[in-house]
Amino acid sequence: MQAFENFTGMVAPLDRANVDTDQIIPKQFLKAVVRAGMGKGLFIDWKRNPDGSENKDFALNKPRFQGASILVARKNFGCGSSREHAVWALHDAGFRAVISSEFADIFHNNCLKNGFLPVTLTADEVEHIFRATGDYEAYRLAIDLEKQTVSDDFGWTAHFEIEPFDKKCLLEGLDDIALTLAHEDRIVAYEKGHPLPHRFE
Amino acid sequence: MAAKTLFEKIWEEHVVREKSHEPSLLYIDLHLVHEVTSPQAFEGLRHSGRKVRAPHRTFATQDHNVPTTDRSKPITDLDSKLQIETLRRNCAEFGLKLFDIGSREQGIVHVIGPELGLTQPGMTIVCGDSHTATHGALGALAFGIGTSEVEHVLATQCLWEERPQTFEIRVDGKLGIGVGAKDLILGIIGRIKTDGATGHVIEYRGAAIEALSMEERMTVCNMSIEGGARAGMVAADKTTVEYLRGRRYVPTGKEFDALAARWLECRSDDGAKFDRSVTFDAATFAPQVTWGTNPGMVTDVLGSVPNPAEIGDKQQRETVERALTYMALRPGTKIEDIKIDRVFIGSCTNSRLSDLKDAAGIVKGRKVAPTVHAMVVPGSQEIKADAESLGLDKIFREAGFEWRESGCSMCLAMNPDVLQPGERCASTSNRNFEGRQGKGGRTHLVSPAMAAAAAIAGHFVDVREWQR
Repeated sequence: MQAFENFTGMVAPLDRANVDTDQIIPKQFLKAVVRAGMGKGLFIDWKRNPDGSENKDFALNKPRFQGASILVARKNFGCGSSREHAVWALHDAGFRAVISSEFADIFHNNCLKNGFLPVTLTADEVEHIFRATGDYEAYRLAIDLEKQTVSDDFGWTAHFEIEPFDKKCLLEGLDDIALTLAHEDRIVAYEKGHPLPHRFE
Repeated sequence: MAAKTLFEKIWEEHVVREKSHEPSLLYIDLHLVHEVTSPQAFEGLRHSGRKVRAPHRTFATQDHNVPTTDRSKPITDLDSKLQIETLRRNCAEFGLKLFDIGSREQGIVHVIGPELGLTQPGMTIVCGDSHTATHGALGALAFGIGTSEVEHVLATQCLWEERPQTFEIRVDGKLGIGVGAKDLILGIIGRIKTDGATGHVIEYRGAAIEALSMEERMTVCNMSIEGGARAGMVAADKTTVEYLRGRRYVPTGKEFDALAARWLECRSDDGAKFDRSVTFDAATFAPQVTWGTNPGMVTDVLGSVPNPAEIGDKQQRETVERALTYMALRPGTKIEDIKIDRVFIGSCTNSRLSDLKDAAGIVKGRKVAPTVHAMVVPGSQEIKADAESLGLDKIFREAGFEWRESGCSMCLAMNPDVLQPGERCASTSNRNFEGRQGKGGRTHLVSPAMAAAAAIAGHFVDVREWQR
């Protein structure tokens, strides 16, 4: 896994709650057998009108948010399907972190496996960021994973929580399969005490 | 010894390594694989020169992409075909058992696991699919994972997991006539909302849960993810043991008796503490119909579409307004006045034999409304064969339903079974998200009996009126 490095990036607002992974990347993009190139499917049904033309009202289509690398959304982001393609699509489209007041569990896990940072802030802090993206052109946030902070250019800072193990894996870009295989002796011991169910052979 | 919950018992039994401030390394007893979320995982194994650690604990099937029409014809969607062939190649290369198209065992992964007896009480079960919670109905800890975790389980048979919280959902009393497992779980999600159980493992308990058949328990556990839960489970009991008796991957004779005795311990001890608890009265649940674009947007069949103007909270109001615009529904419309174009009976939520029997009971001797296109997609080839031996296919066909081959089909519409833009569907599946069943399609989630009645009437009806 690629290590996560602190960065400063422009924020794009997606002012919706319960954004499900079917919206982040619709089913037709799930037929791929490789990870690459998912960005073209990101929010595609919201980016386009029913007739196929561009939906100019959709935030991510607005010129002022082009080049954003941080997405901010309302609560329960990434709910629904377990498709990791949602994280691959966000990453491929240039995003490196998502900020929300709550993430769905599987999406949250999938982010961490891809060096992609899910930042959980309070609903008030998320509201602050939404307002700022409206008040300022090219509103930017600096994300510091070591310090667990997001800060803007105007002195506003918020602290976020992350499990120490997840933080370490992200910062060091650890391959967690290799990490697990370091416990091979324990896995072997477990298997000795827990044989295969009858008839599974 | 302290009283333990079912979740705690299974979790503790499967810990390979534990250290404070770190996730636990859990052993996985059963890994189910399908064609959509696995290609990149196998590619990862190849890339790093790793093997599948426990091929005998890994079972694959083709379900998400497969056509449900005549299987003797070639698959015309080339991307789907490639994905199906890729799974075939991966299973051959890594030595995995595949229940392929054309085999008698093929079907939706969450239908065939229990059906074959692979799913057993006390197991840890994962699959690259969020509806893996289904298997929790048999007293197992089963949850969905992403593709990176699929690769991790293939390579190590283990997973790093943060210990989730426990959530007791108790349903006391007895469900009314015409109110089924689907109504119960939709009603629960409507009450706890779609993020009500995030970070939790639900155990469904109480008299109304104990009274459910095994297949009904699967319907309930299946939609745990729609409440945000990591997993859903029901304690193993006599119903569980009798369900598993005689199934293909379950032993017979004395071995079965010994195993069954252990299975019956897969329940929470008296006095076990949950991190959260709620209690509902079964009598307060009516047949449910979703009106919006997530499963928490649901109401009783005798209810109406909500009026956003009556919602105080701005964000919530806008969410409802957006949902009603997408669904093309006017505030205050009676649910029974909503006309439908399509009916889909199928999916890992409601495609089992008892679901098809429920629907057939409504359909028998009646005709599908001329404005409605209706289809039944059995969850597995075995269910299809069983239903045909009972003559259910004939009942459906004579009424005007299409009778299809098994697969996920129009639940997520990755195969050619797709809603057209603007079409409105009564569906027994699990998600009514925008575009879920086809771009611009409008989904209303209901039980099999409610879907069948809507197919006949051409609009939603209170199925209780038909069953009295």
